[in-house]
Amino acid sequence: MARVQIAFQDNDESRYIVSAIEEDNPDSTIHYEPALIRIENEGSLQINKATVEAHMGREWDVQSIHVNLVTLTGNIDEDDDYFKLAWGGQ
Amino acid sequence: MQAKKLNVKDKYRLLTRDLDWEFSYEDRKEAFPYEEFEGIKITDWDKWEDPFRLTMDAYWKYQAEKEKKLYAIYDAFAQNNGHLNVSDARYVNALKVFLTAVSPAEFASSNGFAWAGRHYGGAGARVAAQMQSIDELRHYQTQIHAMSHYNKYFDGFEEFPHMHDRVWYMSVVKSFFDDCRSSGPFEYIVAVSFAFEYVLTNLLFVPFMSGAAYNGDMATVTFGFSAQSDEARHMTLGLEIIKFLLEQHEDNVPIVQEWIDKWLWRGYRILAVVAMMMDYMLPQKFMSWKEAWELYFEDAGGALFKDLERYGIKMPDFTETIKNEKDHISHQAWWVFYSHGHAAAFHTWTPTAEELDWLSEKYPDTFDQYYRPRLEAAAELEAKGERFYTAGLPQLCQTCQIPMFFTNVDEGKPTEIVYRESTYNDERFHFCSNECKHIFDREPEKYVHAWLPVHQIFQGNCGGGGLDEVMEYYRMGLGEMNLDYKGSPDEKRWKKWKGVA
Amino acid sequence: MPVKAIRPDYHGEHRDARANFGGAILVYIDWDFHRWFCTPKTFPLPPDMPFGALIEAVIPEGFGQHPQFSEIDWGSVEWTLDHEPFTPDMGRGIEEQGFGHKCILRFSTPGLTENI
Repeated sequence: MARVQIAFQDNDESRYIVSAIEEDNPDSTIHYEPALIRIENEGSLQINKATVEAHMGREWDVQSIHVNLVTLTGNIDEDDDYFKLAWGGQ
Repeated sequence: MQAKKLNVKDKYRLLTRDLDWEFSYEDRKEAFPYEEFEGIKITDWDKWEDPFRLTMDAYWKYQAEKEKKLYAIYDAFAQNNGHLNVSDARYVNALKVFLTAVSPAEFASSNGFAWAGRHYGGAGARVAAQMQSIDELRHYQTQIHAMSHYNKYFDGFEEFPHMHDRVWYMSVVKSFFDDCRSSGPFEYIVAVSFAFEYVLTNLLFVPFMSGAAYNGDMATVTFGFSAQSDEARHMTLGLEIIKFLLEQHEDNVPIVQEWIDKWLWRGYRILAVVAMMMDYMLPQKFMSWKEAWELYFEDAGGALFKDLERYGIKMPDFTETIKNEKDHISHQAWWVFYSHGHAAAFHTWTPTAEELDWLSEKYPDTFDQYYRPRLEAAAELEAKGERFYTAGLPQLCQTCQIPMFFTNVDEGKPTEIVYRESTYNDERFHFCSNECKHIFDREPEKYVHAWLPVHQIFQGNCGGGGLDEVMEYYRMGLGEMNLDYKGSPDEKRWKKWKGVA
Repeated sequence: MPVKAIRPDYHGEHRDARANFGGAILVYIDWDFHRWFCTPKTFPLPPDMPFGALIEAVIPEGFGQHPQFSEIDWGSVEWTLDHEPFTPDMGRGIEEQGFGHKCILRFSTPGLTENI
């Protein structure tokens, strides 16, 4: 299995997204680098709208991920209520 | 009856596919004249899918949000004299390289996507290319706006559009985009979206921008990450186009493989400058080029190519060479610019003792043996007032146009230049590597008329034969933008602002 | 196929043909293993220039800045022309002894191969 990776600008909004990722992907590794937060996980990584909203305490549109996104690797699967990165045939 | 809110998938379909139309009275082939000559076979454009399913309405919304955040920071940066907070004025020279070499590439890329997007027969690809064209224009503009503050206080920024078409090292980037923009729409998008954006731009925008943050440059880190958030979408487009082309027809596989090999190589060659920026131009060190390469290319790129194996795509053959070069190219590239510091629009210098130690630590297998003695010898000459600027002009590679500084690391001879050559129509052409030779041999007609800056000087097309005349042609002004950082007007101003003697 | 183009007759003019250098030929010269000079250097030279003049004028101009340059024993220098061993004739013109447009002349100085 190969690792997927996603990075966000280090700011208040991203911190909620990152804590939601931590909750839903307990095996992921989080690196705090100057001005950015980089998350790696084996195989795949999923961001759920509901979890992010629970952390933020307000509505969150999955497409607004673009505002703080820095980079990613892996094949993307996105819908109204989740955003998923994965390697391997889908 | 109130309309139901559309979900993302439906909205994407309506705002891409449904904008297309059938050609009932015009010939479709005449409308898309570039779609076939490259040999790519498209059987069903409807299979194209943007995984982000981004539509124009959402695009404008989120881009506007990004811009508002970005420009608020620029304002704050300028209002608070942010240039005084960078780690050291030497750092600003990395920005000069960025603005003069990278920003015009963003503009060329915008132009390329506008053209390529026009020529795709499928609406999904057209919309994605249109967005990317606008993104690239945005990057060009935001980079210029970020630099305009530095331009008020430092030399080396103001003539970048003039220099782009003339100066020897800028020709490297220019030739990359001239080459891909003069290919077909499919080669263009594989070159830029896949090879450059997907596999390589992380190396430019992520560790370097983290480095900018580490060096107190709030404006650059912000435009860098703001641009990179678009890059994340571009990377996705790059991966999507590759998968789309490979799934459309098996005859596409060898063509796409050739393009991947060619453009990864051409992109990798350009990154030698980024290697040098990371290892030598960030006074506060963050991550070495080698470490960044291992993380973002070997690790992330390795996973990518493993994923593409199922389509019959393999990692390019030159992977071993680039692995061998990672211990060398930043040092070699810095030495090229240090020793040609009289002909560069930014300042160069010898590293401090602490910086030398950091390089020794990061490059234990090569630095002390091959590079440290040379830099120390240069520092000794500087101390005697005999700062070394190499005489004469270098030999350039016909394909990548980079001075032929690459050495035979594959055979364990890091001080021997790599020479490759081909003869075409009775004329000889020289290359820095097997890959640059291979690229030429595939399409010699495309490269025989390369505008090689050194040869142009000798043909009398660059203002004259003397250094002063060429500098005037470049608009560098001897002793202003160029030469060593020590003794430069930049250094004098910086010391005055900081109140040091 | 010499190019993939939309037009079958696409042709690029040779921008660096010999005729474009005002009678000179381009000679690339490298002092082997001396990476104080980061690359081989390019020199436009008259084809009838005697090899001796190359040693007296051209090479010192291009490579004289190296701290070891004055220590070179020109009698024991090993030359290659286009990567083949080459014994120069000091008095004859370079073209006469095989130098073509865009040829590569390398010299190595055994005993002086230090790494700066």
